[in-house]
Amino acid sequence: MSEKEFDVGYVAELCRLELSDEETARYQEQLSKVLHYMQQVDAIDVSGIEPTAHANPVFDVLRKDEERECLDRDEVLKNAPQSAMDQFAVTKVVE
Amino acid sequence: MDLAKLTISELRNQYESGDAGPKDAIAAIEKAVASRDSEVGGYLSLDFEAALNEAENADLSKPLGGVPIAIKDLINVRGQPCGCASKMLTGAYQSPYDATVIQKLREAGAIPLGRTNMDEFAMGSSTENSGIQPTRNPWDLERAPGGSSGGSAAVVAANTAIASLGSDTGGSIRQPASFCGCVGLKPSYGRVSRYGLVAFASSLDQIGPMTKTVKDSALLLEAIAGHDERDSTCLKEDVPDYLSELKGDLNGLKIGMPKEYFGEGIDGEVRTQVEAAIRQLESLGGEIVEVSLPNSEPAIAVYYIIATAEASANLARFDGVRYGHRTENVEDLRTHYQRSRAEGFGDEVKRRIILGTYVLSSGYTDQYYSRAQKVRTLIRQDFENALEKVDVLVSPTSPTPAFKIGEKTNDPLQMYLADIFTIAANLAGICGISLPCGMVDGLPVGLQLLGKAFDESSILRVAHAYEQNSEWHKNWPSLD
Repeated sequence: MSEKEFDVGYVAELCRLELSDEETARYQEQLSKVLHYMQQVDAIDVSGIEPTAHANPVFDVLRKDEERECLDRDEVLKNAPQSAMDQFAVTKVVE
Repeated sequence: MDLAKLTISELRNQYESGDAGPKDAIAAIEKAVASRDSEVGGYLSLDFEAALNEAENADLSKPLGGVPIAIKDLINVRGQPCGCASKMLTGAYQSPYDATVIQKLREAGAIPLGRTNMDEFAMGSSTENSGIQPTRNPWDLERAPGGSSGGSAAVVAANTAIASLGSDTGGSIRQPASFCGCVGLKPSYGRVSRYGLVAFASSLDQIGPMTKTVKDSALLLEAIAGHDERDSTCLKEDVPDYLSELKGDLNGLKIGMPKEYFGEGIDGEVRTQVEAAIRQLESLGGEIVEVSLPNSEPAIAVYYIIATAEASANLARFDGVRYGHRTENVEDLRTHYQRSRAEGFGDEVKRRIILGTYVLSSGYTDQYYSRAQKVRTLIRQDFENALEKVDVLVSPTSPTPAFKIGEKTNDPLQMYLADIFTIAANLAGICGISLPCGMVDGLPVGLQLLGKAFDESSILRVAHAYEQNSEWHKNWPSLD
């Protein structure tokens, strides 16, 4: 598959993964093979067929909009790489 | 007696007779792990102290009272690590809550003990993608235990656990069960709550039991199954008394052999063993019928399009902000994301996120993702048609016995093709079980039975009837 059609570097930008040159080259080769294999779905006639998003006929499962118990804040923040003032600390977003 | 070598039922008998108690079982597992797990590497960590505390208060009147169960490292157990065998989470995350299956296990009296190794974020078929350590097949330490629930299968086979929980997105319970010679059951989509399971592909994932016998599988499934309002895909279906369904022969049951599953590509010895097992099912009263699943060929392609698409969305949550690895010394948010994810994820996870992002990206969605969803409908209909004619389907679980460690690691496509007989059940949402049906050159062979959605009773019944008339489940690797 050509790099014009499938460019690992570009896709990695989309999903926020920093790749080394070695990784980019290796994934480009490995995943081109996988995508080529996946193209066999092109040959199947799917006209008039409904898509399956998941296997069960369940739609719009709703619950009552009422207060429920939630996880303990301090316990949750223990897992945060950085927190301050009872909140998650993020890298600077605005200049 | 080595209590670690017992089944759930046998251990419960020990408790009932007063010959041993839950603390003895925990101590036996500690000893077994010390002597056998250093070679196998099935566990990532074990908290014996916490388990002993729970054993102290175990209620033996409950169905799983005092029984320790090993847990795959992607199911949340309060206060324990849940690392998904990834550098992204290992050492950086402790569960603030119990998954619903853990809550249910506790209600049944069981004690969660030990985190089992797996392919990172359940992506793989050999456990070689673990970001933490390799796990070796207890039958042959040069070989892979299968995956992604390779640790959960290996600890059961090595008798360093009584039973375990795994998860199955495309065969991740059944294939390692087959490779390690134990019983692995993937429940129907919607049978078991996934609340507290770290999501890989949400339209495919199910949690299920990995055990030494079919009876144990029924016991454990009954404990974890049932509706949960915290998982909107978990259906309001009654949970049968699976144990009582295990009785009887196979008279009147129709067993389908999908002709597409007995074509080329199956190891000759595996085929011989599976065919012998099918003859045995026939001698037990089952009627063998040939059936067809015409859309079997594209199933792997469809699966890897859908599973990677869903994975790319699910794993977007690992952003180095709320939990997990965060890179150091960056000034801007984009680099923070890119570098945290690059440092936290391993090769296969990166590959799948990239694939999934690509098949969902502008200009390619119709060609890949939407088309795959439509072919998925055809695959689902194939199973509906076949399972109208027969009660269960039978096939090998895997086309080969356990392969050598390192054999397929450089060729992801070859690794994906190993899932040929297991992935369609996830696409169709039906249930499946793998149980031992033979040995080839010292390695176990697995028999797969597939049943209608929510008809776990039939696959358990057929599996149990076969097991009671075979000796394979009494056969364990010698590691002492």
